[in-house]
Amino acid sequence: MAEYGKRQRDKPWIMRTYSGHSTAAASNELYRTNLAKGQTGLSVAFDLPTQTGYDPDDPLARGEVGKVGVPVSHIGQMRALFEGLPLDQMNTSMTINATAVWLLSLYVAVAEEQGVDPSVLRGTTQNDIIKEYLSRGTHIFPPVASMRLTTDLITYTVNEVPKWNPINICSYHLQEAGATPTQELAYALVTAIGVLDAVKATGRVPESDFGKVVGRMSFFVNAGIRFVEELCKMRAFVELWDRVAQERYGVTDPKQRRFRYGVQVNSLGLTEQQPENNVIRIVLEMLAVTLSKDARARAIQLPAWNEALGLPRPWDQQWSLRAQQILAYESDLLEYADLFKGSEVVEAQTQHLVDSAWAEVQEVLKRGGAIEAVETGYIKQKLVESNAARLRAIENGDRIVVGVNKYIESAPSPLTENLDDAILTVNPQVDADQRAALARWKIERDSAAVEKALGELERAAKTDENMMIPSIAAAHAGVTTGEWANTLRQVWGEYRAPTGVAGAAVKTSGTGAAAETIDKLRSRLHDLEARMGRRPKFLVGKPGLDGHSNGAEQIAIKARDVGFDVVYEGIRVSPEQIVASALEEGVHLIGLSILSGSHLALVPEVAQRLRDAGLGDVPVVAGGIIPEADAERLRREGIAAVYTPKDFELNNIMSDLIDLVDSQHAAE
Amino acid sequence: MPPSDPGDDAQHVMSADKAAVSRALNLVEDRRPESHARVAELLAALKDAPKAAGGHRVGLTGPPGVGKSTLTSVLARSVRQRGRTVGVVAVDPSSIRSGGSLLGDRARMSFDPSDAGLFVRSLPTAGEVGGLAYAANSAVRVLAAAYDMVVIETTGVGQSEIDIVHVADTVTLVIQPGSGDVLQFLKAGIMEIPDILVVNKADHEELARRAVADLRGALRTAHAAGASGGQDADWEPPIIATSATKGTGIDELIDALDRHRRHLEATLAARRRQGEVRWALDLFSRKHGEHGVSTLGGVAALKARAERDLDAGETPLSLCERLSREYVETLGKTP
Ligand code: B12
Ligand SMILES: Nc1nc2c(ncn2[C@@H]2O[C@H](COP(=O)(O)OP(=O)(O)O)[C@@H](O)[C@H]2O)c(=O)[nH]1
Ligand SMILES: [Mg+2]
Repeated sequence: MAEYGKRQRDKPWIMRTYSGHSTAAASNELYRTNLAKGQTGLSVAFDLPTQTGYDPDDPLARGEVGKVGVPVSHIGQMRALFEGLPLDQMNTSMTINATAVWLLSLYVAVAEEQGVDPSVLRGTTQNDIIKEYLSRGTHIFPPVASMRLTTDLITYTVNEVPKWNPINICSYHLQEAGATPTQELAYALVTAIGVLDAVKATGRVPESDFGKVVGRMSFFVNAGIRFVEELCKMRAFVELWDRVAQERYGVTDPKQRRFRYGVQVNSLGLTEQQPENNVIRIVLEMLAVTLSKDARARAIQLPAWNEALGLPRPWDQQWSLRAQQILAYESDLLEYADLFKGSEVVEAQTQHLVDSAWAEVQEVLKRGGAIEAVETGYIKQKLVESNAARLRAIENGDRIVVGVNKYIESAPSPLTENLDDAILTVNPQVDADQRAALARWKIERDSAAVEKALGELERAAKTDENMMIPSIAAAHAGVTTGEWANTLRQVWGEYRAPTGVAGAAVKTSGTGAAAETIDKLRSRLHDLEARMGRRPKFLVGKPGLDGHSNGAEQIAIKARDVGFDVVYEGIRVSPEQIVASALEEGVHLIGLSILSGSHLALVPEVAQRLRDAGLGDVPVVAGGIIPEADAERLRREGIAAVYTPKDFELNNIMSDLIDLVDSQHAAE
Repeated sequence: MPPSDPGDDAQHVMSADKAAVSRALNLVEDRRPESHARVAELLAALKDAPKAAGGHRVGLTGPPGVGKSTLTSVLARSVRQRGRTVGVVAVDPSSIRSGGSLLGDRARMSFDPSDAGLFVRSLPTAGEVGGLAYAANSAVRVLAAAYDMVVIETTGVGQSEIDIVHVADTVTLVIQPGSGDVLQFLKAGIMEIPDILVVNKADHEELARRAVADLRGALRTAHAAGASGGQDADWEPPIIATSATKGTGIDELIDALDRHRRHLEATLAARRRQGEVRWALDLFSRKHGEHGVSTLGGVAALKARAERDLDAGETPLSLCERLSREYVETLGKTP
């Protein structure tokens, strides 16, 4: 055994915490403390209005400003976000997609102000729009226009900001929407192929430089609790990416074919019940992406133990950071060469994943590629189906989740004694403050310069010029995020992505007790239909900018399968639209799903508008990440029931919903 | 909610009060026998609505995924911009196993929720084999009393177009480039030729041109083979390329719809009457089968009877009710 401290150690991966909230100034403070704790890179979480191109004063931003991330509406706020943090020394990852060109432009503009040459900037813009349509839901424009922004950013940085990772092809979000390892591999690869083909088609990159573009592609991957398979998945990624780079793009330099990836480990499997168990899950998942030296992550960010309760506090994030530090600095992991080379078991499983993923890649390419498979809903439907299978397995007990469907007894936990204090809450005053600040900004800037910059932006959007150039100019001129996005909306229009639910095939509801339960629910709805004259009709709505669709999708499918007529319109529907739909569709029940934390603003608003429209008798239920104190308040205000992740038994929810419709009918 | 007076409700429907329209649609979906009389009463009260006679009922049909809902959305918006009001019925299949449905068309439509002149209702097929939703015929009549144009979106190629002919003044078949099945159906005469053909997803001019040419070829073959020439011989079905996502071809589509509506001016009443006769008889034969039809004298006699009674002011639903009663009485008499 080597003596401690004598062995050569590998350099550890970059350790980040995904953070940002309230205001640029508050987030700046958070970043400084994070760096002081030994974090080695920044990972910026933007709020939903910034991600979807709205200013804080837009009606659609109601309840969302500064909630799940930091609002950045203009160069002044980008400046404040990085105050005292010299950009030439930072490695900044920005989770930004539809508005990536804009946020990078603000970042470059601030660097220029700091006297930093953009060519030395290091960091990452996520910039993967395909997975927004499929899972993450912050898209704005139709696929072709979005892809153009994506390639504009790539072709700009490849020369002007050469150390920048212009895109992070994300499979992370696909797993969070239910993808199996095979699907995660396949759909990430077809996305990368779609992007590279599009870059090629711009004709802006000379053939001889194409390897450089391929070399700048990086990935953002997930790792779930089946960590041995996940470890193999990472090795499969390495092999498959090498194949794509070599065979499809003819890249000869092995360095440019290397699969470079960052990770956030699985959060979908983190539970509300016995939340302390999540720490163990997180650590096991981290092993999948660190144990193989030949397929090790470049950067890791971990969720926190209270993931399913709400936003993490600094201490919660620190606990997760410490897990990384213990693995990297206390353990001997980094002293060894690849642990699995030559392992028959690992190699066989890796090969299996390589083969199955490659077959699915071919399937999507046969269907016309990633964009086509987004537009037709093919991939989305596959994800919805996988997620339904996953949830059914948990509900039926075929898939064990400790503390959820097995080993559920627990001594009182000191961590969750006071649940409402166990998460970060954002001061609701932020919304109004930001609106006022924006109004001041608009008064103080040079409005002629703004007009000119927006005119230039619009002109460029109608040509095929690179949008980075007019966007950087607009950043300097003081243009706001909403103005930038609205100008482009005028030119390119907006896009609603397929929901994947209508065609989703769900396997028969199992056998034995599970089948019996479903049959009972079905016959109850059948009876109710006979009594009411019409089959009970259920509107599932997602108000606000929240893109978390899993819950709404699964509730919608399940409701259809027990016999409801279900209207589901997808994500990002305004309260006005929900009420108009409820009225026109003649529904018997309304269910609102909100996970982004804006439930206290949006649920009562929908309820009030329903009353105004004469629909006050239609029962309303809500579901999502809703702390118990808030749930209590919503129930007091007339919301019939509130569901949270702990209510994993969908059949029980359905039974409640049928009761609700039934008793409302009896009351009429 | 207490049941309201159908006469009053009809007035409110005619003034396009959304709550009243919605209630009326709820009523026509109601399958309880005790509601049938009220449905018949409501439809009778709406029969002569000023909007109905002048309005236009447009059927959009075609295979799933060709863009009918997206097209409906842009079509409705453009028609609204021209100052006309629009009601939409979007029909989706119910699950055979559970009886439930996922009504997803609305998700593809984006409208101003405060627009009083636009109304969208999704309807499940509710077990009608291949056919239009049970309530669709009545729903179209409700909306036609309230809005200038009614668009009926139905899925599928086959049985449902035959149904849509009963309710639509203008049947529009939507396909996408490269959809061979439809061409085959047309050529083989399996499908009646619609009044207007739309090639949607014509985002690329080249593809669109080719698709339109293919379709023209298929139509020629179909005619040569003596396929049923749609509803009338003087109308040459136009072929229109659209991109619902880019919004191109929509003006041409509206123009074609308007042209067809004008073309129908003289025959519209008869066409609608024919649709009502077929609907009434369909309803009756679905309920009582071959035996019902033959007991009351056979198809030809029933048709003549239906024409007479409808002319005399009966509605298809009330007629069907009456035929049912007669049939049951006859049954009671036979030993
Ligand atoms: C999966 C996930 C994602 C996926 C979403 C994929 C998708 N298409 O849905 C991805 C990776 C894209 C994602 C992204 C983000 N996420 Co997220 N995400 C989660 C996660 C891990 C699980 C949610 C989930 O899907 N669960 C599975 C489904 C089936 O459960 P469910 O929705 O809770 O539904 C159940 C019940 O709640 C209830 N229910 C829910 N809705 C309804 C409706 C009705 C009618 C009924 C009857 C019942 C019901 O019944 C369901 C069955 O049990 C949660 C944390 C957690 N573990 O819960 C965070 C979480 C919701 N995300 C969070 C955040 C902040 C984000 C981001 C906004 C981050 C950022 N700043 O960019 C982004 C952006 C998303 C966006 N556009 O809005 C926060 C929200 C914080 C808050 N509320 O204060 C959470 C809580 C994580 C955290 N602790 O920080 N996320
Ligand atoms: N490229 C393209 N896609 C379209 C067009 N119209 C609709 N789509 C897409 O086709 C898919 C199906 O559309 P939808 O309206 O639901 O079709 P429906 O099943 O016929 O009602 C959606 O993803 C639409 O965005 C079009 O003109 N061009
Ligand atoms: Mg449709």
